Amino acid sequence: MAVAAGGVVAPRRRRWRNLLEERRFLAPVLIAPAVLFVVVIVGVPLGWAIYLSLTDAIGGSLTGKWVGFDNFTDAWRDQNFRNALENTLIITLAAQVLVVAGAAVLSHFLVRDFRGKWFVRLLVILPWAAPVSLVTIGWLWIFDSLFSIVNWTLGKVHLIGVLCGAFSVDGCSATNPPPWLGHPNLAMFAIIVVHAWRVLPFAVVIFIAGLASIPTEVEDAAKIDGATGLRKFWYVTLPLQLPIALVAVLFGIVFTAADFAVVFVLTRGGPFNSTQVLTTWSETIGIESGRVGAGAAISLYLFPLLLVVTILMLFFARRAQVT
Amino acid sequence: MRKAGTYLVVGPFAIVLAFPFYWALTTMFKRDRDLYNTKSIPYVYNDNGGHAHWDFWNYMTFHHVSFLFKHTEYPTWVENTLIVGVAVVAITLVLALPAGYALARLSGGWGQSMGVAIFLVYLVPPTLLFLPLSRLITELDLKDTLWSLILVYPSFTIPFATWLLMGFFKTIPQELEDAALVDGCSRLRALRRIVFPISLPGILTVVIFSFSLCVNEFIYAFTFTSSTAHRTISAGVPNELIRGDVFFWQSLMAAVLIPSIPLALLYNSFLDRFIKGFTGGAFR
Repeated sequence: MAVAAGGVVAPRRRRWRNLLEERRFLAPVLIAPAVLFVVVIVGVPLGWAIYLSLTDAIGGSLTGKWVGFDNFTDAWRDQNFRNALENTLIITLAAQVLVVAGAAVLSHFLVRDFRGKWFVRLLVILPWAAPVSLVTIGWLWIFDSLFSIVNWTLGKVHLIGVLCGAFSVDGCSATNPPPWLGHPNLAMFAIIVVHAWRVLPFAVVIFIAGLASIPTEVEDAAKIDGATGLRKFWYVTLPLQLPIALVAVLFGIVFTAADFAVVFVLTRGGPFNSTQVLTTWSETIGIESGRVGAGAAISLYLFPLLLVVTILMLFFARRAQVT
Repeated sequence: MRKAGTYLVVGPFAIVLAFPFYWALTTMFKRDRDLYNTKSIPYVYNDNGGHAHWDFWNYMTFHHVSFLFKHTEYPTWVENTLIVGVAVVAITLVLALPAGYALARLSGGWGQSMGVAIFLVYLVPPTLLFLPLSRLITELDLKDTLWSLILVYPSFTIPFATWLLMGFFKTIPQELEDAALVDGCSRLRALRRIVFPISLPGILTVVIFSFSLCVNEFIYAFTFTSSTAHRTISAGVPNELIRGDVFFWQSLMAAVLIPSIPLALLYNSFLDRFIKGFTGGAFR
């Protein structure tokens, strides 16, 4: 329609232009470059990872002898791997529980208007905005073996003994405070705390988006029907917010289970591999020991988990629409 | 009463979430004889005898912060981070802007599923890809260069940006474009002259969040680069500033805090737009 004005344009060019006006032609032209790039830089390595996991490839080579599922079965038999798998699940689930509880409460209050909201919101989103590997160094200092602020504070309020008991740390007392990152139970707890702390702001933001999307008519109708407080929360807010809250949780699961930086910076999987997770263990085997095939198999154990999460996410994202 | 309740809940949350940053801020200006004195009260500044003082400016030092900038490679890492970030954001925009627009305007079947597919790619974590990618980087002779990061980072920024942009473009009424087309604009011209200028706030949001994804990234930066001069802050600070058992805590805390504050300020300013794009793409 608009091309009629271009009378002087050579026929060939005009035809090209005509094509660009055509919707079913223009759309693929606009989308193709992005899709191609992503397929090449994500799809190919993913396929390659799967291939490598079925070979005995070692560092420096891109191929190896076909070994079938040996890498997967070998990993499964390895106690360190089992431990890493278990830790990944524990850390991911425990962190999400903390995140959901925190985000449900905090988002409920943060949607209100109050003085200083801008500043409070800034403080709340700091953990999300700051680079992960860097803020984890901040936590490394918080959990320092000699100058831990946590131990200092607990010491002042005489709770070191309680802490030692709660995490069954041997030979630990008020005068001999526990090394946070040097004891398996405490180190696991520290990792969970850091993950929950890091994911919470994101969950709060998504929860707020969910709350904001509840139409005022629904609120008003609930008010007229006399729904207040807990009843309103249970029968009105919760059902409407649940789908988008689940999206936040599923994101949290991916962020936590696939993270490498937190465990790497805090403990490097120690003490004695007790806090290894799938990602760090796959790096230890695949890069540091140079057994690329075995490392790829370990990281691929994450895939089923992420796949399930993704399918659930799509399911709930469709329902998140408030009509 | 209601107000007080809000502060009572929000306050403690804010304190806990921001605490590591307060702790970093206090630490970075501490003198060694204050920091490593078990008699000191760690929350505040103390004299050599471990007595706390409220006139903290008399008991703090800028020595460790200037050490970070003068005697470590930190400025180089900041520079590298900026180079990588800017280059990746540029590549991302070139590829994601047209794609996001087309996906937003494509009604019906495969436009929708294409959008979902792109979103799914964002969920494939770097931890699944870093082993083959690191081999690929070696093969391409890009090992230990900033180019390796510039090449690989768009793998997660493009899906993320396309998704957000799709959400933003959906909020622009189709009538605006139709009017331009009727006035004799070509589609591409309408895109450049009408659609992009209106979506500038959305595009800026995408720029900021994509940039911060690059600053955040750790495992690629850690495995692809190895020499001190080619590190970004995310890989440089944890690997180069911590040598063996010697931690320079004050300098480290400065290195942590300095990039975090501006990023948080940007996030806070663009948060509402981020929410709009993020949920707009998925749920409408």
